[in-house]
Amino acid sequence: MSTSTGITTITASRVAEFARPRFDLKWLIIGLCVALTVYLGVVPLGFLLWQSFFTPQSAAKAAEFTLRNYTEAYAAARTWVLFWNSIQFAIGTAVLAFVLGTLLAWMNERTNTPFKSLFFALSIIPLIIPGILFTVAWILLGSPKIGLINLALQRVFDTQTVFFNVYSMWGMIWVDALHYSPMAFLLMTAAFRSMDPALEESAVMSGANVLQVVAKVTLPLVWPAIFATLLILFVRAIESFEVPALLGLPVGIQVFTSAIYQAVHRYPSQIGLASAYAVTLLAITTLGIYFQSRLSTRGNKYATMTGKGFRPRLIDLGKWRYLTVAIFLAYFFLIVVLPFAVLLWSSLQKFYSVPSMEALSRLTLEPYRTIIGYPSLARSVWNSLLLSLGTATLVMLVTSVICWIVVKTKLPGRWLLDNIASLPMVFPGIVLGLAIMILYLYLPIGVYGTIWILLIAYVTRFLPYGLRYNTTSMLQIHKELEESAAMSGASWATTFRRVILPLLKPGLLAGWIYIVIVSIRELSSSILLYSPGTEVVSILIWELWENGQYVELSALGVMFILALFVLVLIAQLVGKRFGIKEA
Amino acid sequence: MLKVNRLCTEYRDERGNAIRAAHEVSFDVPPGKLFTLLGPSGCGKTTTLRSIAGLERPRSGEITVGNETIYSSASGVFVPPNRRGLGMVFQSYAIWPHMTVFQNAAFPLQVGKRRLPRQQVEDRVLRVLKVVALDDMAEREATKLSGGQQQRLALARALVMEPPLLLLDEPLSNLDAKLRERMRFELKRLQRELGITTVYVTHDQSEALALSHSIAVMNRGVIQQVGTPREIYERPGNQFVADFIGSTNFLHATVKGPEANGFYRVSSEVGELKVHAVEGLEAGAKVVVSIRPEDIRLSERRPQEGNVLYGTVDTKVFLGESVDFQVKVGERPLLSRAHPSLRTQVGHPIYLSMDPEKCVALRETAEWTPTE
Repeated sequence: MSTSTGITTITASRVAEFARPRFDLKWLIIGLCVALTVYLGVVPLGFLLWQSFFTPQSAAKAAEFTLRNYTEAYAAARTWVLFWNSIQFAIGTAVLAFVLGTLLAWMNERTNTPFKSLFFALSIIPLIIPGILFTVAWILLGSPKIGLINLALQRVFDTQTVFFNVYSMWGMIWVDALHYSPMAFLLMTAAFRSMDPALEESAVMSGANVLQVVAKVTLPLVWPAIFATLLILFVRAIESFEVPALLGLPVGIQVFTSAIYQAVHRYPSQIGLASAYAVTLLAITTLGIYFQSRLSTRGNKYATMTGKGFRPRLIDLGKWRYLTVAIFLAYFFLIVVLPFAVLLWSSLQKFYSVPSMEALSRLTLEPYRTIIGYPSLARSVWNSLLLSLGTATLVMLVTSVICWIVVKTKLPGRWLLDNIASLPMVFPGIVLGLAIMILYLYLPIGVYGTIWILLIAYVTRFLPYGLRYNTTSMLQIHKELEESAAMSGASWATTFRRVILPLLKPGLLAGWIYIVIVSIRELSSSILLYSPGTEVVSILIWELWENGQYVELSALGVMFILALFVLVLIAQLVGKRFGIKEA
Repeated sequence: MLKVNRLCTEYRDERGNAIRAAHEVSFDVPPGKLFTLLGPSGCGKTTTLRSIAGLERPRSGEITVGNETIYSSASGVFVPPNRRGLGMVFQSYAIWPHMTVFQNAAFPLQVGKRRLPRQQVEDRVLRVLKVVALDDMAEREATKLSGGQQQRLALARALVMEPPLLLLDEPLSNLDAKLRERMRFELKRLQRELGITTVYVTHDQSEALALSHSIAVMNRGVIQQVGTPREIYERPGNQFVADFIGSTNFLHATVKGPEANGFYRVSSEVGELKVHAVEGLEAGAKVVVSIRPEDIRLSERRPQEGNVLYGTVDTKVFLGESVDFQVKVGERPLLSRAHPSLRTQVGHPIYLSMDPEKCVALRETAEWTPTE
């Protein structure tokens, strides 16, 4: 500690009465947190890049520099198909999710559509229905053979035509867009809220009708927000794994994420090829996130966005509001009621069968008994709990220190630290999984194949979330609250423990619960990192699907959704108390 | 007790340029005295206080408290703030909202170098809370206190360690006017009773005049004058001090020649005057003469002694306890504060008389800009 403790202790120790050697906790804690953040944020990325330029290392031959991974990847016509598929899928998803989300946000913020309190549910749905369950539910609804929607329509029209095939590019776009539309709704709601309605009202006063107002005033004003939202949806879509893996792979539609998964799981696994794909994907997401953050900061400067307490006059839709409420109810049905109902139905059957009076008489709780007695269930629930609690705690504590450095000090290079801690934001889950897998295959420190590798992946992945929650709270702590503790004689560590952390508590708690929820549902990184004995719940669902155990999967899914629902409700309560306290 | 010697502190602005906040600041505070750093915002008074506290790292200079050097650039000493053992009250009070009144006040006794046993902590906290009259609220949540109570709690927290030196950073500025006046007396009584050496920072001149044993007026990082409240007010050292403390009339003048006992005869914009100056002035020197409004006596009959001028009443402002008269002497307006019994009408002629002792001649300061 003698060289890295900084000037404070060195000079202080020269004063006779403080001459006893002091072990300064401050620099130890700060050093550890910074080192951890830099390690987690930078090293896997570096290894991934390195790996994509080298041949596989084996006992017989050392790794050599090569461009073959790239030349091979890009010489193959398959790759261009892959590229085209990914772009098509991501753009389709982004546009459809955006249209849905914007329509809903506009209905909620600016019209007198009835049942508006239900809109609140939209903000929590993506949290309580994990992507894999949503996708499975939509397979049960929209598969050509057993899909309930097809069967129902076929019965009505008395034909054998397949009306809706979820195993197609359009099916993938449909399911993924539905899944991301609540996110579009939230982002666009924020955009609508920050726009002064007087601008719209003056257009109305000038004699414009609703459509003209929307086209000539509202849309041009929210344009930066629109573009930023489209970009973030594009990035999320190109990163998504569950939908392309479950819907695309069976019919040979590959996108980058599913291609990476397949390249790793092939025998022999082609890690070099997977890395080349991953680097390409990473380049796309980095560009997307970069432009998105540029746009958001520009959007904030947009002159019309005043952002302070006004409640817009609502547009009276007259009898058209029956149409909007119908749109909303249909949407709610598609995104919540149908998927959950189909999972519930299938969880009450011994073998999966489509609903009928006959099947109704055979309702059973058998799948629940089976899944509860399932050999790896207890273990994966335990693993999931350990991982999510551990991840949330570690992330929130480490980022509280990082955030303190970024917000409260004037240390040179703190902006770099901020960026490094936010870096994992650009990692698609599967790319992060791949990078970490490669890293610990080469680093012989006994992490690979244990639960620790999952912990490392989760902490890395959710570091940016922790940082964001802590920053919001940290900015509200007046610096004199800290200085008065120092004047009272408290050391840095004492001040941090007794003043900063308690004052951060609301943000810490909200962030902690959020990270618990997202790590419990994590699949796309875990899928490359788990091994027998370290399965988590989402992996178990994946395995049940691969084994064709649909009813057991549904039973597990129903219980999982209910548990997440309870967690989210708690989070909302905490969030509300936090809000009241801050106001 | 406190010795600050040639203290220089800089900080960096957003573009990384060094801004000189305190330059060659030196002063002594004898034990038990209240010393005030007074000046407009950005004059370096808070930076100086924070350098004493250790919250700011000076560039050079030396600070000693009692016999202990807490900062010295020459010998490379910088004691971090948490080991200086000084009490400080912040402008925002910095009361920790997650603790009770008792916990706030007890904190310094629980975290410092020497931690006291529980019973002693309790005794001392209750004693100090009694001093600031908060002993019956010990278990209350700190956020439930009013502004004045929070201010007293902040004071209790600063005093509980029985520090050798108390630092107060604009402690009254967040209170409303009435309460501020009351707390001013309270603070003065407490400081005099406890006899604790205190450094007080404020931009409010009446606060400084009311509380201090001695005042340092600062501007642009430099101390302009140190003196007792009366000296600062009656014998301002330069144009800045005269303008910043109270309100004043400035008259441009040229020295004609000296008279006995530090008096000079000058020829000013409004005619010849007899004035006083601390430093020696040579004939022909350009000076400004500062005359406080309350030192200009108005009368309808010609007074016998002092500097006498003749003018017309231009405007009157009734203030209750006094009336402000704007009187034009030739084309030059002069402000005078008079007793409400004087009822001379606007437009009527009036005599002005000034005691030469109260007409203070100051050298013109080139880079001085008047305050609003």
